[in-house]
Amino acid sequence: MIEEKLKAEINGLINEYPSHRPALIMALHAVMHDHGSISKTDIIGLAEIFNEHPAEIQSVATFYTMFRFEPSGKCRIEICTNVSCMLAGSNEIAGHLKKKLGIEFGETTDDGLFTIEEVECLAACDLAPVIAVNGEFVGPVTVNKVDEIIDQWRMANKF
Amino acid sequence: MPEISRENRTIFSYCHVADSHTLKTALDYGGYEGWKKARALQPDEIIDIVKASGLRGRGGAGFPAGVKWSFMPKNPTPDKPNYLIVNADEGEPGTFKDREILAKVPHKLIEGILIACRAMRSTQCYIYLRGEFVKEYDILKKALSEAMGAGLLRESGCKIIIHRGAGAYICGEESALLDSLEGLRGHPRMRPPFPAQVGAFGMPTTVNNVETIAAVGWILQNGSDAYRQWGTEKSPGTKIFSISGHVKKPGNYECALGTTLRELIEIGGGMTDEAGFKACFPGGTSCPLLGKDHLDTPFDYESLAAAGSMLGSGGLIIMNEKTDLIKVMARVSNFYAHESCGKCTPCYQGTWWMARIFERIILGEGKPDDPQILLDISNNIIGNCFCPLGDAAAFPVKSLVERFIVEFEHYLAPEKIAV
Repeated sequence: MIEEKLKAEINGLINEYPSHRPALIMALHAVMHDHGSISKTDIIGLAEIFNEHPAEIQSVATFYTMFRFEPSGKCRIEICTNVSCMLAGSNEIAGHLKKKLGIEFGETTDDGLFTIEEVECLAACDLAPVIAVNGEFVGPVTVNKVDEIIDQWRMANKF
Repeated sequence: MPEISRENRTIFSYCHVADSHTLKTALDYGGYEGWKKARALQPDEIIDIVKASGLRGRGGAGFPAGVKWSFMPKNPTPDKPNYLIVNADEGEPGTFKDREILAKVPHKLIEGILIACRAMRSTQCYIYLRGEFVKEYDILKKALSEAMGAGLLRESGCKIIIHRGAGAYICGEESALLDSLEGLRGHPRMRPPFPAQVGAFGMPTTVNNVETIAAVGWILQNGSDAYRQWGTEKSPGTKIFSISGHVKKPGNYECALGTTLRELIEIGGGMTDEAGFKACFPGGTSCPLLGKDHLDTPFDYESLAAAGSMLGSGGLIIMNEKTDLIKVMARVSNFYAHESCGKCTPCYQGTWWMARIFERIILGEGKPDDPQILLDISNNIIGNCFCPLGDAAAFPVKSLVERFIVEFEHYLAPEKIAV
């Protein structure tokens, strides 16, 4: 559901456009930021704010790859496997990631710590092979660099 | 023709300076001098200068910017305002120039927006920023805040708003971008009407790439003749080439249009040590591949078109002799199949089938007439869709079959290839 504070933020976004609907994608970003993923009740809440049918909101949300409907692990690692990164060895890095974490693309580790995903060109080909760690671009990465990142996250999340 | 020396660059003139993204540094290096000159000019005078410079759209289409601006209505009203949309949805694989412009010299963009808005009698600009550019979003917000604090936006009467995309290559296409800006799924629009008649929110609109707008300040400051000291008659000025792949120093390099492929490879640090040059995508993966016979082709709009390819975004991906072009094209096909918006049958079906055919070839199950089938699918897509995404998927595949058929021999016995 859309809390009051989030609702106020969304209304602020709506003011930047000549009508309501154009603010929808920024509103979905705001929901993603606060909730980590978009739930069914979020969709219904947005439908009320935008005076649209929930199916309409769902149709827009599902079109864009940055909007997710399942929560991610604490550390979301996205790896580009498009041409320039592929030429720089991203497939080997991807294989290593899957093996080390024991998961496939789109999956989360059982401890809820890591999610890995394959993404398209991030417009960071000078950093190839590049990964995005919770949205932050890191590159060029090596197997060692990736191990370092994973180890750091594991250390920081031990209790 | 070598890389332009740092001091002569028009967009990246101070990108190597620390804190280049700040207003203070921008002002130290002549920032907003072009805007000062533009303020004293009438809108149509600014359009004439940009027309005279020959600046062409740097996003990929290469349409003359000044001419595009001249399509906008000369008498907008509060009920029917003119809009400028900056296309910062950089998504063409191999292209990373706009991201660096935004991160290192955002004030070049903001200055260009003020000038462009004055020229087009617009007081409203949306920057459609790629959703994944999170760091750049922060930098751009801060730069806008600085510009506002310095009274620059008040001077121009302009309002600049950042609108984030959310992960869709198709939204880099101007008409799909407009639908996305309006809060819809990013589907391209039927043209006519063109954006200058019916664009954002039904109003007259011009959509320009980041690099195009970022070039404008220098042109107003130094004049259109000065811009023409570089480049060719029909492709004047400089272009930021994003060079990546098997080169030693991948990066963005602002060079004169007309620099040859051989020179660009050198500027990118030369080939990595493993092997010599085999092929390249000259301007992003949407371009037909070029091979060794084009090392001396000048990189300008006309020469590349004559070579059977295109300048596109200038995202130059260099591939060496050890590269398996079938594997590369398989990955490229997956990209287009994934990114096809679904509106047009030849595209969403054609891209899907091409990806499936490459998959079976790589798995060792390729059939002798697969290259011909790929060609047939490509030809069925080209020119038959609402937007260029379908063509973009078809061109490179077509070039692989027509110019690099030998690449298939690793997977299909040569005597069995039936093209």
